[in-house]
Amino acid sequence: MTNTTKPVAIREFPVEEFPETHYLNATKGLKSWMLTLDHKRIGLMYLASVIFFFFVGGLLALALRLELWEPAQNFMDAETYNRVFTLHGAVMIFLFIIPSIPAALGNIFLPVMLGAKDVAFPRLNLASFYIYLGGAMFTLYSMAHGGIDTGWTFYTPYSTNSGSAVISMTFGVFIMGFSSILTGVNFITTVHKMRAPGQTWGKLPLFVWSLYATGVIQVLATPVLAITLLLLIMERTLGIGIFDPALGGDPVLFQHFFWFYSHPAVYIMIVPGFGIISELISTFSRKVIFGYWAVALSSLAIAFIGFLVWGHHMFTSGQSELSTVVFSFLTFFVGLPTGIKIMNWVATMYRGSIWLATPMLYAIEFLFLFTIGGLTGIMLGALSVDIHLHDTYYVVAHFHYVMMGGTVFAFLGGLHYWWPKFTGKMYNETLAKIASVILFIGFNMTFLPQFVMGSQGMPRRYFGYLEQFQTLHQYSTVGSWILGVGFLLVAYYLIVSLVKGAKAPSNPWGGRSLEWMTSSPMPAHNFEHVPVVIHGPYDHHQPIAEFRMGIDAPHHDTTHA
Amino acid sequence: MERLKDYFLPESASTFASDTDGLFMFINISGGLLLLGITIALIWFSWKYKRRREDEVTPVIRHSTILEVTWTVIPLVLILFVFAWGFRGWATMRNAPADAYEVYVTGLSFGWQFTYPNGVISGTELVVPAGRPVRLIMQSRDVIHSFFVPDFRIKQDLMPNRYTTAWFEAPEPGEHVIFCTEFCGSGHSAMLGKVKVVPVAEFETWLTAEKAKTEGDLPLAELGRNVFNQQGCMACHSVDGSAGIGPTFKGLAGSQRSFTDGSSATADDNYLRESILRSNAKVVAGFAPAMPSYQGVLSDRQVDALIAFIKEQQ
Ligand code: HEC
Ligand SMILES: [Cu+2]
Ligand SMILES: [Cu+2]
Repeated sequence: MTNTTKPVAIREFPVEEFPETHYLNATKGLKSWMLTLDHKRIGLMYLASVIFFFFVGGLLALALRLELWEPAQNFMDAETYNRVFTLHGAVMIFLFIIPSIPAALGNIFLPVMLGAKDVAFPRLNLASFYIYLGGAMFTLYSMAHGGIDTGWTFYTPYSTNSGSAVISMTFGVFIMGFSSILTGVNFITTVHKMRAPGQTWGKLPLFVWSLYATGVIQVLATPVLAITLLLLIMERTLGIGIFDPALGGDPVLFQHFFWFYSHPAVYIMIVPGFGIISELISTFSRKVIFGYWAVALSSLAIAFIGFLVWGHHMFTSGQSELSTVVFSFLTFFVGLPTGIKIMNWVATMYRGSIWLATPMLYAIEFLFLFTIGGLTGIMLGALSVDIHLHDTYYVVAHFHYVMMGGTVFAFLGGLHYWWPKFTGKMYNETLAKIASVILFIGFNMTFLPQFVMGSQGMPRRYFGYLEQFQTLHQYSTVGSWILGVGFLLVAYYLIVSLVKGAKAPSNPWGGRSLEWMTSSPMPAHNFEHVPVVIHGPYDHHQPIAEFRMGIDAPHHDTTHA
Repeated sequence: MERLKDYFLPESASTFASDTDGLFMFINISGGLLLLGITIALIWFSWKYKRRREDEVTPVIRHSTILEVTWTVIPLVLILFVFAWGFRGWATMRNAPADAYEVYVTGLSFGWQFTYPNGVISGTELVVPAGRPVRLIMQSRDVIHSFFVPDFRIKQDLMPNRYTTAWFEAPEPGEHVIFCTEFCGSGHSAMLGKVKVVPVAEFETWLTAEKAKTEGDLPLAELGRNVFNQQGCMACHSVDGSAGIGPTFKGLAGSQRSFTDGSSATADDNYLRESILRSNAKVVAGFAPAMPSYQGVLSDRQVDALIAFIKEQQ
């Protein structure tokens, strides 16, 4: 093209504070929300849905913990208990945590951080939201129709024989898989094609890098889950016998298929959290991130190695001994990039200018909790020790430290960080800090005892248990109440903030990435100009005006159409 | 340190427990030190570098090769070491000594059954000689179960379609709980068993006595009681009148039964026979069709014996 040589003028575009019109009120009415193609509105609808399902899953968890107050039956019978723990797992994983960061926060912020007006395929984005809702409906339907008692892992042959609503549940998860795949495709394309002028790969915010790595996993791994669940449904309805030994099938095959998705899925859940933590640590330390490329590429490394370790869920399953050894060996290599990230984050804080605002508090709590989650993962990767710990509460504690201590704390950090940006309102900082500390205490109180129980031999998915474990179970149950109180407090001050919170400035925390260079809340098209990036997203030593550059084109408005 | 170990881990009662425990403690201590380091750094940095003025500027530190190499290489060495240690312990667990005593283990919803070389069958209790390696050859009769003895640090899934194996050697006499650790349904957490380690001489006596219990000249009802215990019926049926996963046997024979499909029948011999062999043909009202089929599992004489036994429970 000839016009590449034409000089382009750039200038600073000051940000309009407290705008009258923005994406929330640009158009009005229910229809303008239901049929919106605006990534921010779609993200908000996702956010409301995942928060709702977190609430459902949380109530189920509280019920479980209450039942476990007594070694024998307390207030529900074994059949109910088994349904409740299955639903807790399935709702938290498929309905909450997988879409939580990418589809909700990612949807709202990915295009803004790229200086784009929307994702690459806005219609697909809306479709993926409705597909998710459709899948969720099936899940609710199975809850209402007897529930399902197989555990979220759906292991055969139990799941082929169980009299519960396995088909509608797995079908729901099958459908939601497509939503996840479409979001992944959309984000990958958006990152490739829609970056602002000057925003090279080396100037991408690390949250974007993490969403990119996540997208790759979503696209490659989710189809395997879809096939597996479809085969399970066919096994139940048609008796095709892929997993049934009597018909020449093999139940271990199901486990291979299932974990081929579900181990990488662990990274679908946690890698976006890593991205948030990178943003928080840098902004609140007002310091350039330490080892940008190490942090960015370790996400990709984790995504890649994550595909090669699924067999570590199967050390006791009777899979071949060679594969057990190989899977154990490779598992340790996921630990390496993860450890590198943690060290980079800590190093970023060194000689920073640290502001312990609520999001940063969450980031620090994350570092502590996630380190425990990671180290106990090393424990479970070690062959001889895993034989003892497999399928005990140790594993339950481990993955809650990773999923809840990791992802949920990162999610909360991100939510508090970006809340002023997408709602235009501030929240009560004191209450927020108190809630964060309550959650931290409640979390440890709930799950630390589970490590001990597990190593003492308490198996997971147990409705009744031996009396020797009662004290630890009761600690854990009290912890779950503290967690419940913490979440209620969060809900309280966030609602207050929505109703009568102070108006948020455009850049309350002093961030450097593009979402802070537009109004709070953002305009319907994110920017009124085409942003130009000249510095890295963490270059706190550069003057802030140079982060607000845009193409000085008087007719830029024509590009909106 | 010993105290910490005793708090975290159950009694160590097999020959490989101490190796597993050593690695467990090694990871805990090295991991604990790492966590401590990180926590101190987090707290210290948050305090020392707390923002004091709004216009503070920070140095630009993008990377440091020495640091990055250090925190890559040290963990790398550590994880290779941990892998090798874990592998070694596991390899021992996988290779049973050639002279091991062999016991067949069957898992069924929701009980355990142990078959000895001389044909003796023991339900829920695995009696083994102390100081001699025991190899378990395991299979499930229905869904997947998992055989876990915390005190031995062993665990192995039982598959419906193939044998899996595990072995252990318990040096000292004692009793150890068996858990099922693969979710298998409503009775999963009640699927408990016991390993009873006894001195060799006692083991021999026990085995001979058990053998006598299954001999043909035993009174029918008594043989029935043995089958009841050995085949795991007692995991779901009581004889004291309390309902479990299945109805109690007390007062069953001769009573009027009503079924989920609305029909009813008298519990005569034929009904009992059918209930045992093809239980789900008629499902008793108030219960789930949870009973496995015993067709082909029990001999005619065993069924006769069970019926005689049930009739005695009035
Ligand atoms: C997994 C649990 C389970 C095991 C093990 C089990 N049963 Fe049952 N059994 C049930 C249930 C549940 C019912 C009631 C539903 C039905 O009729 O199928 C039942 C019903 C019966 C009945 C009919 C009782 C009535 O009230 O009419 C008989 C007889 C019986 N079982 C005998 C046995 C014998 C003998 C064994 C051992 C060889 C055995 N069961 C093992 C669960 C079990
Ligand atoms: Cu995994
Ligand atoms: Cu079980």
